[in-house]
Amino acid sequence: MSGPLQRARLALRLLAVDPSGLGGAHLRARTGPVRAALEADINALPGPIRRIHPAITDEQLFGGVDLSATLAEGRTVRTAGLLETPCTLVLPMAERCRSDLAARLGAALDRQSHCVIALDEGVEPEEGLPPALADRLAFSVDLEDLSLRDIGPADPPPTGARRTDAVHVPTGAISDLALLAESLGVESPRALLLALRAARAHAALEDRAELEAADLTVAAALVLAPRATRLPQMEDDTPEAEEEPPPPPPPEEPENAEQPDAPAQEQEQDMMIPQDLLLEAAAAVLPADLLARLAVGSSGMVRAGGSGAGQQRKGNRRGRPMPARQGRLDGTNRLDLIGTLRAAAPWQPLRRTHAKTAQSLHVRASDFRIKRYKEMSDRLLIFVVDASGSAAMTRLAEAKGAVELLLGEAYARRDHVALVAFRGEGADVLLPPTRSLVQTKRRLAALPGGGGTPLAAGMQAALEVGLGARSKGMTPTVALLTDGRANIALDGQADRQAAGADATRMARLLRGNNMPGLVIDMSPRPQRPLRALAEVLDAPYIPLPRADSKRLSTAVSAALDA
Amino acid sequence: MSSRQPFPFSAIVGQDEMKQAMILTAIDPTIGGVLVFGDRGTGKSTAVRALSGLLPQITAVAGCPVNAETREACPEWATITDENLIEKPTPVVDLPLGVTEDRVVGALDIERALSHGEKAFEPGLLARANRGYLYIDEVNLLEDHVVDLLLDVAQSGENVVEREGLSIRHPARFVLVGSGNPEEGELRPQLLDRFGLSVEVASPRDVETRIEVIRRRDAYETDHARFMDAWAEADAILRDQIVAARSALKTRETPDATLRACAELCIALGSDGLRGELTLLRAARALAAFEGFETVEIQHVKAVAPSALRHRLRRDPLDEAGTGARVGRVVAEVLG
Repeated sequence: MSGPLQRARLALRLLAVDPSGLGGAHLRARTGPVRAALEADINALPGPIRRIHPAITDEQLFGGVDLSATLAEGRTVRTAGLLETPCTLVLPMAERCRSDLAARLGAALDRQSHCVIALDEGVEPEEGLPPALADRLAFSVDLEDLSLRDIGPADPPPTGARRTDAVHVPTGAISDLALLAESLGVESPRALLLALRAARAHAALEDRAELEAADLTVAAALVLAPRATRLPQMEDDTPEAEEEPPPPPPPEEPENAEQPDAPAQEQEQDMMIPQDLLLEAAAAVLPADLLARLAVGSSGMVRAGGSGAGQQRKGNRRGRPMPARQGRLDGTNRLDLIGTLRAAAPWQPLRRTHAKTAQSLHVRASDFRIKRYKEMSDRLLIFVVDASGSAAMTRLAEAKGAVELLLGEAYARRDHVALVAFRGEGADVLLPPTRSLVQTKRRLAALPGGGGTPLAAGMQAALEVGLGARSKGMTPTVALLTDGRANIALDGQADRQAAGADATRMARLLRGNNMPGLVIDMSPRPQRPLRALAEVLDAPYIPLPRADSKRLSTAVSAALDA
Repeated sequence: MSSRQPFPFSAIVGQDEMKQAMILTAIDPTIGGVLVFGDRGTGKSTAVRALSGLLPQITAVAGCPVNAETREACPEWATITDENLIEKPTPVVDLPLGVTEDRVVGALDIERALSHGEKAFEPGLLARANRGYLYIDEVNLLEDHVVDLLLDVAQSGENVVEREGLSIRHPARFVLVGSGNPEEGELRPQLLDRFGLSVEVASPRDVETRIEVIRRRDAYETDHARFMDAWAEADAILRDQIVAARSALKTRETPDATLRACAELCIALGSDGLRGELTLLRAARALAAFEGFETVEIQHVKAVAPSALRHRLRRDPLDEAGTGARVGRVVAEVLG
C-alpha cells in the first residue's frame, strides 16, 4: 500500500471480490505506462467488461428498437442495453462525462448490478468526474506524477474466495470507521457504508472470518482518505496547527502495510483499534495539496463547476427549429416524421416491386430525417474584482454588492457566473463557472482585501476561465472592476511600469481572443490609464466614482445588453 | 441482487421531516409533490424507493398502461390484453435525467407506424406513474422544458398529447418527488412554488446516528431476510396508520381558528398566491388524520409550516440562511 499504484491495484483486487457492492473506482491518470499497467489489471477483473465512452447514447445503455433491422426483417428487433446485464463498465475520458450520464450510471450503481471504473484524464484541477458519480464509487486514486520506475510486477491473483457477507463484523468496527470519518470531515453516510464494504471485501480477500484491524486500515486509506475535507487533528498536534501550512504527508514507509498488523494482534479481543492508528493510515495517503484545494472549496472528490453549469447543449431538443437532416435515430434525437415520409415517398413504387413483405409503406433507414434545433449558448459573466488595498475596503464592499445584484439578474436569465479576484501578488479563481448562487455568495463573503494590484494577473486568470468556458459551449464576457493602479507585474515584481505594460498586453490578448468585456472604474476620480485600457480591450468604459452597488449593476446590465 | 426488496421505510434513521412529508403526501396526494434538497448520500433515494414497499397495494387492470382501477376506466386508445384485476405495489417510477419529452409524455409508436403503418400511441413514464409516485433525482439538473411539462401534468392530473397526428389524453395522477443538491444549481421560483412540500436534509452530524445508519444498512445487505422480518411489523403499523388516515381525512373538521392561523401565517411571510394556504391546510389536515385527532389544531399547522412554506417565500435569491429558519421565526411570532 506504499504508493498510489499499489493502492490502485489493491482497490481493483477488492473490486474483484465485491464489484457491485463497492460500485467501482475513480482512477486519475493520463495515458501512459502507468495507465497501461492498470488497464491490464482491469481486464483481469472477473465478469464481462464493457468499455463505454462519455458520449454514449441511451439506446446503447438501455437498449432499444433496432429500426434498420426492424424495417429489413418486418418484425421488431430489439438491441440489448449495457445496463440490462450485470457487468463492469470502463469509462475512459471520465472527465468528459456529462452530468446526465453520471446520473444514469449512478442509478445503475444504486441497483447494485454494475461496477464502474472511471479513468479520469483530467489535467486541470476543476476537470474531473461529476460528483454524483464519484460519490458512488468506493475508491479514488490519483496516479499522476508516477513514472515507469514505479511500476512493479502485478500482484499474484487473489486466492481468498470467501463471501463478503460471511465476514463477521465485530461491534466497534463500525464506530471506529464512523469516528475516523468524523475527524476527516467525511459527511456522506454513503462513504462510510462503502468503507465498511471495502473492509469486508479485504477480509474476504485474505480469507478471514472476522474483520481485523488491517481491513479497517485499508478501508480508511482507500475509501475515506480521498474524501477528506479537512486535516485530521493528530493527538500530538499543537493548537496553532490550523494556521500552519499542511504538514507534508509522512515520507514513504515501506513497512506501512505491516505496521498496523502488530498492534492489532495485541488487541485481538477488543476490536476498537486506536483511532490515531487509523488516522495515520488515512493521513499517509491524504492528497498533499488538500489544504490548497480546500481553500478553493473543493476537495479531491468534489470538484466544483460540475454538473448543470456549462454543459454543452445538444442541438436537437429545443430552441428554434432548423431544417431536418438525414441521420440515425439514437434515442437522444427526434424523428421528423413528415420529413421522413417525404424522403421515402418517391421510392415507394420501386421498393414495392422488390419487396419481400406485403407492406403498404416501405421505409428504409436511409430515409430517416432528424429534427434539429438551434439554441443560443449560455452566457458566462466573469467578474474580475480588484481586492487590492488601494481599492479600499469600502469600494470592495460595493463591488461585492454589485456582483450580488448582477447575480440575482443572472439567476433570472439563467446566466453562469465566475469570480476572479486579484490582490497581493496574484489572482485567484474564487469561483469557477457556476449557476449556484449559494456557492457564489459564500465565496464572495469570504473575499478578503488588501495588498498590491496585479491587474495583469487578474486578466490572465479571466482569460483562462473564459477560454475553458468557451470550449464547453458558453459565451464568456469579462467584467473588470478595478481602480486601475496596476503596480504588480505578471512575474510578481512590484514594478509600476512593467505592471502597466503587462496589463496592456493582457488586454490585447483578451481582445485577440475575441472576448467581449467591460471596464468599471471604481476609483474616486476617473483614471486615464483605465480608459486607455478599455480602449485596448475595445470594451465600454464605465466610470463610477460614486457608484453604489445598485447603480453599478444597472450600468453593467445596460452595457451588456447594448 | 436487484430482486431484493427495498430498504424498509421505518428503518430509515432520522430525517424525520422528510419522512413526515412523504407520509403526508401518501395520505393526501392532492398536497402536491415533495422537493427534497440536501447533501449527497443522505437517504433521499432510499426513502422514495422504500415507499413502494410501505404503501398499500393498489388494485389495477393487469394489462392497462395507466394502472386503471376498473376495465371501464382504461383509456380507449389502449389495447388491453389482460383484463384481470390484480393487486400490485404502488408504482414508484424513476425519471432519468436527460430523458426525452417523448419518453415522458408518450409518443407515436414509431415502430408500429413504420412497420405496420398503424397509428398507435406508445405510453410514456407519466402513464406508468399514474396512481403512484414519480421520482426525479437531481431535479435541478433536469432540462427546464421537461420540468415545466411535469409540473403542469402533476397539477392537472391529466396528460394531454397533441402531436404527430395523435390526440390522446389519459389520467396521470401522481405525486412528484424531486431531489437534488443545491450546490449544483437551483430551481426557478415558479417551479419551487409548484411543489407542495419542500424539505431540507443534511448528513447526520453526530457519530452515534451515523453508526446506526451504517449498522442498519449493513444488516440489510448481509442479513437481508432477517432484517426485513425485523422491520416488517413497524412498516405494517405505519401502513395501517396511513390507510386509516386516508379514510379519516374527509371527516376531519377544520375550526375557523385554524384557517385564520394559516392565513395569518402566509400573510406574515408574504408568500405569493393562495397555494401556500391551501397546501398548508391540506398538510395540517393529513397530519391531524395521521395522528388520530378529530379536528385540525394549531399544533398541526405549526408542525407542517416549515415544509409547506419554506420554498414559497418571495426571496432574495442570494439569501442563503435557510428559509426554514425564517419560517420558524415567523411561526413563533404569529402563532405564539
